[in-house]
Amino acid sequence: MTVERQIKYSQALREAIDQCMAKDPAVFIIGEGVPDPKGIFGSTLGLKEKYGSGRVMDMPVCENGMTGICIGAALRGFRPILTHQRVDFALLSLDQIINNAAKWHFMFGGQMNIPLVIRMVVGRGWGQGAQHSQSLQALFAHIPGLKVIMPATPHDAKGLLVSAIEDDNPVISIEHRWLYDIEGHVHQDPYRIPLGKASVVRKGDMVTIAAVSHMTIEAIRAAQILEKKGITAEVIDLRSIRPLDFETVSQSVKKTGHLIVADCGWLSFGVSAEIAARATEGAWKSLKKAPRRIALPEIPMPSAPSLTEDFYPGYRAIVQAAWELLGKDANELKTLLKEAQSEVNPHDVPDLSFRGPF
Amino acid sequence: MITKKILQSLFYQMLRIRMVEERIVELYPQQQMRCPVHLCIGQEAVAAGVSANLKNEDLVLSNHRSHGHYLAKGGNLEKLFAELYGKETGCSRGRGGSMHLIDLSVNFLGSTPIVGGTIPVATGVAWAEKMKNNKTVTVAFLGDAAVEEGAFHESVNFAVLKNLPIVFVCENNLYSVYTPIAERQPKRSIASLAKGYGIRSFRADGNDCGKVYEVSKEMIDAVRAGRGPALIEFLTYRWREHCGPNYDNHIGYRDEAEFKLWQKKCPIDRFKKYALLNKVIKPAEITGMETQIQKEIDTAVTLAQAAPFAKGVSLNDVYAL
Repeated sequence: MTVERQIKYSQALREAIDQCMAKDPAVFIIGEGVPDPKGIFGSTLGLKEKYGSGRVMDMPVCENGMTGICIGAALRGFRPILTHQRVDFALLSLDQIINNAAKWHFMFGGQMNIPLVIRMVVGRGWGQGAQHSQSLQALFAHIPGLKVIMPATPHDAKGLLVSAIEDDNPVISIEHRWLYDIEGHVHQDPYRIPLGKASVVRKGDMVTIAAVSHMTIEAIRAAQILEKKGITAEVIDLRSIRPLDFETVSQSVKKTGHLIVADCGWLSFGVSAEIAARATEGAWKSLKKAPRRIALPEIPMPSAPSLTEDFYPGYRAIVQAAWELLGKDANELKTLLKEAQSEVNPHDVPDLSFRGPF
Repeated sequence: MITKKILQSLFYQMLRIRMVEERIVELYPQQQMRCPVHLCIGQEAVAAGVSANLKNEDLVLSNHRSHGHYLAKGGNLEKLFAELYGKETGCSRGRGGSMHLIDLSVNFLGSTPIVGGTIPVATGVAWAEKMKNNKTVTVAFLGDAAVEEGAFHESVNFAVLKNLPIVFVCENNLYSVYTPIAERQPKRSIASLAKGYGIRSFRADGNDCGKVYEVSKEMIDAVRAGRGPALIEFLTYRWREHCGPNYDNHIGYRDEAEFKLWQKKCPIDRFKKYALLNKVIKPAEITGMETQIQKEIDTAVTLAQAAPFAKGVSLNDVYAL
């Protein structure tokens, strides 16, 4: 048996871009910092050396204009990958994304396509604060005409990004910074993961946890803790949120009767609200209790470590929600959470190798 | 020196655009064209004069007031009327309406009504053409208000940076809806504003079709020769209301005297006087043109009215498969 190759999420993204560029000369990548020595947290490193500055490009700092320019290039046969180091920066380009990219195919009667990938990274921790930490997947997923992916694992990061680059529609790829250094098995050969297909990452039959992006990691951790107490949780990584694979969630809820949705965005009008609404509309009879939602408090992200400590709900909140849904003893939960708490310290970095500032 | 043939063709283009717009004025009150219309009556010289310098493979993107640009580039007239009537046979299959015109057979790549919205798209098209080593020219038609948008500045900066084969054609008609340019921009020409970016720019009378032709010829030829982007500001004036078929001088945002002054500079009347005086065209030829265009419009309208309405929309309209 051969040892499975383990690479980081950032390397998996890089490999997806690399292999797509090797295969199709129409693919190019552009973004502030794409060819620089840091290479978008490693995800574009070495590409300029391999493909040259004509296909791996830096850009003037004009997110809206550059989005429109990439739309124009896409109209003439290119397949641009536009990359932003933060989701927050992409907000300057909402006009071009929503008014043009999402609608060009529709409003001209299906005559033209916009094969465009826009990558954006969710920041978190190290005091980045209100304008470097937003997780705005709900905003993009609200728009018909866009597709939105949120890979959580290195395997999915590669497979989803390959599919996104090969798709003839605009695809928003929302990548959580805390996933970039996570390692996992990734096949060397190119492969695709279909957009709009969730993945059951852990089997269970007592409670369903539907999660996105980094919350999938938290959900797996919660499931491991719950398992110690004999509770089997089914963890579903939604992977794409538009199109949304609610069917996989629905099938799971049929089995478990309990639903927790874990999102790394805000609570109101978000992914958790959408899944909960669909569950009540479409899986009402399967539900034994009302769905529970785990998402961010409705406050902009603060900076000071003392303020961020309890800001991000994680696996503990998920464990608690499952515990309560299943009507377990409250005192036992306290002990359980206390035991688990020592596992993360300090709270504002993804792991101890992370020394700041980004 | 412009040849007689070109002069005749410029006149024909302007006349045709005017007659199409006037037919819309006539039909619009029937309430069957159920989409906003932004008529370019009074501004025909820019569309005609610029487009006379474009080849079929050259590319054009435009804005909300795009009927003239579409027609001058060779956009299909029957599909234009069908689009206005919301028919499946329309240029955007009824999904777009008057503000979303497209005709790929003549490389009119689209018009949209968000001010400044197509400027970066056109810039990207020109960039793609350059990357593919195609020898085309891309034209972005914009209004005076579009230069107030960030998208304009971002695009011009990029076009100069990459030496792109694009001409930004600004039709300065002095108003953005009801807001005069003096309320929106300091006293300086748009052409001089653009100069700061290092783009070759020029300001000209947009109601003198011969002048429009000459200026754009010079600019487009230079762009085609690889000398980088250009911007032309044409001063002109819209006669009708911002959106719709009526006159609106009485509502108080501009005065009748100003309108009358511009009406005297009617690009078609001016051109006709010049052409008749210089024997470029005979009165009988003008009548002939009018008859032919009238017939063409009659057919387009009849076909559009008879065509089936656009069929139900679904997810298949939203995403490419």
